[in-house]
Amino acid sequence: MAGLAGDSGGGNAFDAKSMSAFKSGLNRIYTFYTGGFLAFVIVLAILEQMGLSRSWIGFVFLLATIGLYAGIGIMSRTTDASEYYVAGRRVPALYNGMATGADWMSAASFIGMAGTLYLTGYGGLAFIMGWTGGYCLVALFLAPYLRKFGQFTIPDFLGARYEGNLPRTLGILAAILCSFTYVVAQIYGVGLITTRLTGVQFEIGIFLGLAGILVCSFLGGMRAVTWTQVAQYIILIVAYMIPVVWLSVKQTSVPIPQVVYGFQLEKVTEKEKALREDPKEKEVVAIFKAQADALGEKLKDVKGSLEKDRADASKKLEDLKAANAPAEQIAAAEKALSAVPKDEAEAKTAWTKAKAAAEARAKPLAGMPAHAQIYAGDPNGDQKAKDTYDTSRRNFLALIFCLMVGTAALPHILMRYYTTPSVREARASVGWSLFFIFLLYFTAPALAVLVKYEVFHVLVGTPFDKLPAWIANWSKVDPALLSVVDINKDGILQLGEMRIGGDIVVLATPEIAGLPYVISGLVAAGGLAAALSTADGLLLTIANALSHDLYYKMIDPNASTGRRVAISKALLLVVALAAAYVAAQKPADILFLVSAAFSFAAAAFFPALVLGVFWKRANKWGASLGMIAGLGVTFYYMVTTQPWLRGIFGVTSPIELWWGIQPISAGVFGVPLGFAVIIIVSLLTAAPGRDVQELVEHVRYPNLKGDTLNTQIN
Amino acid sequence: MQLNESHERYWQKNLNITAMLLAIWFVVTFVVAYFARELSFTFFGWPFSFWMGAQGALAIYVVIIVYYAMYMGRLDEEHGVAEEMED
Repeated sequence: MAGLAGDSGGGNAFDAKSMSAFKSGLNRIYTFYTGGFLAFVIVLAILEQMGLSRSWIGFVFLLATIGLYAGIGIMSRTTDASEYYVAGRRVPALYNGMATGADWMSAASFIGMAGTLYLTGYGGLAFIMGWTGGYCLVALFLAPYLRKFGQFTIPDFLGARYEGNLPRTLGILAAILCSFTYVVAQIYGVGLITTRLTGVQFEIGIFLGLAGILVCSFLGGMRAVTWTQVAQYIILIVAYMIPVVWLSVKQTSVPIPQVVYGFQLEKVTEKEKALREDPKEKEVVAIFKAQADALGEKLKDVKGSLEKDRADASKKLEDLKAANAPAEQIAAAEKALSAVPKDEAEAKTAWTKAKAAAEARAKPLAGMPAHAQIYAGDPNGDQKAKDTYDTSRRNFLALIFCLMVGTAALPHILMRYYTTPSVREARASVGWSLFFIFLLYFTAPALAVLVKYEVFHVLVGTPFDKLPAWIANWSKVDPALLSVVDINKDGILQLGEMRIGGDIVVLATPEIAGLPYVISGLVAAGGLAAALSTADGLLLTIANALSHDLYYKMIDPNASTGRRVAISKALLLVVALAAAYVAAQKPADILFLVSAAFSFAAAAFFPALVLGVFWKRANKWGASLGMIAGLGVTFYYMVTTQPWLRGIFGVTSPIELWWGIQPISAGVFGVPLGFAVIIIVSLLTAAPGRDVQELVEHVRYPNLKGDTLNTQIN
Repeated sequence: MQLNESHERYWQKNLNITAMLLAIWFVVTFVVAYFARELSFTFFGWPFSFWMGAQGALAIYVVIIVYYAMYMGRLDEEHGVAEEMED
């Protein structure tokens, strides 16, 4: 990998010839690498046939991939500022696209998205559109201009364009807020996958993964992270495609799932109609309904029911003891007695929760909407159905908006466009980024439909003793992911008797498709690559915001390059450990936090960045107040409406949704307010000075003759 | 630094193409999703609006970005603001 580690003392002064030699070197290295990786998987597959055990396959995958990432990190180590912060600004568009793809696609995209689509059907497409369409905004409004500006971070741009440390400080705070919540979720994902892959403890899994992250970003900064992310992208896309293609061949004998799954969707929709009318399914629904009603009765008189429960449980235990029943029956009765809630408050929470769970399952199709059904409710029905329809549609559109604008404002993604050699390459690079993301995102809905087809046509109706082995295996790993119980005691699996967690869909696909275990290992390694690559990018963003923007630009502008890089590395270590510590606490509602990061980023950065380029009149006070107002209203709405945040901040007033918008889409209020405040305040205060006007002109044109301004720092 | 007329035209053309592509982006995303119920005729097995959300819109996003990159590359050269590879 001599090309990657090539010693360029800094600067982007490459002539065309050396650039093309560099590119063809990269092509050679990564072709060789992809071939090597496939050979590695094939060798493991052969070893599996010869009897290599599953846990060994898991360990080999874990150690080989983390070792690889560490190796790239060591080869790309650097202390040069330009190399450390922006990979020397010579990453060709195609490779920056791949790196951005890996940086962008987190554990949530790789593991969670197909599961969300499986559970919610059309409603889940908000994530597919939102997380791809945002790149149009990046391409049209931000990437080329930020590249021309050509410094190191996003707060850098805010500081220069809006003349001062106030906008820069707000940028630092917002960057840390969104990136930190996001990185905690990634490290949590790393811990989860490592545990699955090797069976080590969750906390140890987290720190193993952390070692992989750190050795890479710590030694080589952006340079190491970039070249590792390219390697990680290749692993994750191969890992995602193999099981889906195989499943498609198995079901339709066509190896291109994205083309044929429309017909599978038709069959799924037909089967859904049949399942709705199936008497056995209705039986299961009725049982859950009865459970929910019984719990509802108990909740009416918590004190009395609790006493009765306790008395019943202890009577049963005594009867068993008196009758000299077998030890395991007594143990079970003792367990049942100790499981009775201790006091009224506990009983109330436990029963309310159980009631909600039973109610959720007391619906046809195990509570899932029909896969192709667009929005809940009915526009031609009664008033209630109409309202449901309108609210459902409004939330779908609002979520797309927040995810798109959030994508175009996440600092760790925008930062990547500083690393290309030119404005022209930055524009092309956004195209490559979206293309590489598109490959995975247009496969995820196909995967969801194919798995659903398999569940509906193969699993449902199977006798319990003939269920495939993977069901038992996964229920053992975690009952929250998958559990099957014969509710109506007919010995046959109904859809309503199966509870499936979203995260299992991708992880179990190789087994559903009947592929060898080595492919399961590959998929887990792909998930790990997705989580690690995103964590790398995020950690670097946080460390750079602190070392470059806070320390170098605001505290000690005379700091030497070596000192700045050293401080960034130290901070990286501190932030990574803090994030791992938070992740090890297994914070609740981590998925909500990830989505919240999008709304925060959208409200804080997007208006200020876009108006900074497109409206010369926008000034310091407008931008500062606009960022505060946008972020403030988003935060306020979430705190007053989201149950978990309400608990933390002790909000007790009744939940008041504005226009029925869910808290996850709070940015839909923050972004327009941000724009409005920036425009109004800017018009009320003095116009920015001549040098700011020149800066705006400077970033608007890729190359201006006679332009004396040089923002490029090498 | 004084901007000349060619520079002004360059920026105006950039604004025009940006607005046009943004309008396409808006239609395939929000207008199609708003009328999704009405647009659910069968399209190779998919309801049309399902297919748009799962594949069509995504492909159009890629085309929008690639077209913009090519258009602007050409515009840079026509108006003499293209970057020169440094030697």
